[in-house]
Amino acid sequence: MSHHIVEFKNVSFRYPDGTEALRDISFRITHGESVGIIGANGAGKSTLLLQVNGYLMPTSGTVNIGDLYLTRQTRQEIRRKVGIVFQNPDDQLFMPTVYEDVAFGPLNLGMDETTVRERADFALNLVNSLELRDKPPHHLSCGQKSAVAIASVMAVEPDILAMDEPAANLDPRSRRLLINLLKTFEHSKIIASHDLDLIMDVCHRCIVIKEGTVVADGPVSEILTNKKLLEENHLELPLSLQRH
Amino acid sequence: MNFDEKYYNIGFLDQLSYKNTFVHRLDPRIKLIVTLLFLFTVISFSKYEIVALLPFFLYPVLLMTIGEIPLMFILKKVALVSPFAIFIGIFNPLLDSGQVFIFKGLAISAGWLSFFSILIKFTLTVSTALLLVATTSFPGVCHALRQLGVPSLFVSQLLFLYRYIFVLMEETMRIVRARNMRSFEQHGKGIKVFVRIVGILFIRTVERAERVYYAMLSRGFQGDMPTLKRFHIKAGDLVFAVSVAVFLYIFRFYPATEILGRFVQGVFS
Repeated sequence: MSHHIVEFKNVSFRYPDGTEALRDISFRITHGESVGIIGANGAGKSTLLLQVNGYLMPTSGTVNIGDLYLTRQTRQEIRRKVGIVFQNPDDQLFMPTVYEDVAFGPLNLGMDETTVRERADFALNLVNSLELRDKPPHHLSCGQKSAVAIASVMAVEPDILAMDEPAANLDPRSRRLLINLLKTFEHSKIIASHDLDLIMDVCHRCIVIKEGTVVADGPVSEILTNKKLLEENHLELPLSLQRH
Repeated sequence: MNFDEKYYNIGFLDQLSYKNTFVHRLDPRIKLIVTLLFLFTVISFSKYEIVALLPFFLYPVLLMTIGEIPLMFILKKVALVSPFAIFIGIFNPLLDSGQVFIFKGLAISAGWLSFFSILIKFTLTVSTALLLVATTSFPGVCHALRQLGVPSLFVSQLLFLYRYIFVLMEETMRIVRARNMRSFEQHGKGIKVFVRIVGILFIRTVERAERVYYAMLSRGFQGDMPTLKRFHIKAGDLVFAVSVAVFLYIFRFYPATEILGRFVQGVFS
């Protein structure tokens, strides 16, 4: 399976109010690659993620997911391939109980009941949250909500996983569990975050975005050690590198 | 009562539905149908009826006892919405002044009778509806509605209401706290600030709705809310439904209170 690629070609995007969020962005993420997207607040990271499964359509340029070009016709198909985990798990968990939420995706794909249950159990097990299955989301802690949000996306079995600030609001232990979990996924991953230590642990490649354009793209070991580049983008060296 | 307390109060109604009693275990569809039946029977009485309505309190009282729902909680909730009923009926004693009977020298007008009739009907219907939610859980009622053929669109609206009322209330709670911490004395608690808070909440809600919708689309939402819940009607459900129906029928069409009264009178005389 070498076709789980994400390819942006000269993608630009302008919000209806005229804000130019993305300008001529091009990159190619190959199968199984983990890529961190970093940049200052408002650099366009979230907008970029919203293009990956067609919530926002590029104003110009093309987005290619697998063998499909993103158009209004292929959006449904592409959403099946790309799972997005949002920054705020309250936006992601909209059903009355955890189990129903995790089952939502598979049910929408028209699967029969046994498959849906298998998938839901599998996904909840993956994030060690099977015992939360009958709880309503408003009774969960932030860490539990994040875990369940990931399960609800994994239940659809996407080829590509896109995450927006996955570790925001997590306590250090939950964050560590999340990092270990992400490392076990073999999907192509796109992670937008300010948590550079997380990116360093999980990703191999890093793309730096500034004012809607790619200013650097390379191995994590090069980019996250480049103090000058990071500081130009309102970032710092990862904490684990600052001690040396 | 401040906002924080109100919030935990709503959460309490939700938690009551996690209990496991005979009433909680009943099939939600049966409970819903029986409740509707009860409501219609109560409303169908004439506007001057009081005596015949009293036996109907048996139903909510039994539900409350078997379902282990605290009485004070339900009473408080009923009292909270009672102004609506009071305002509907408050002018009846003035407008409808025909005298019906004299009680210990005091002339009672037909208006007072209809006013109390409204209050009794109101208490019966609202407490039964609250008990339905307290013993079934809100999502349970929604799934029952869906399976009884109510359009998916309505049911999903209700489900979202339930899911996001907690999120919205937490958001409001945070804003109100932030305001209170920086509004010294009474400055900052006026109507102007309140209006702005409502505005901000509205905008945040719209933005959140957009993000939620996107999360739904990402997981293949195409207009229908599918569900895995399957209900099975058991013998106990049928027994419950039939006995309530018989109870309602008897007290609706036979003057049971009167018969009982005459019987007791007969015993004592």
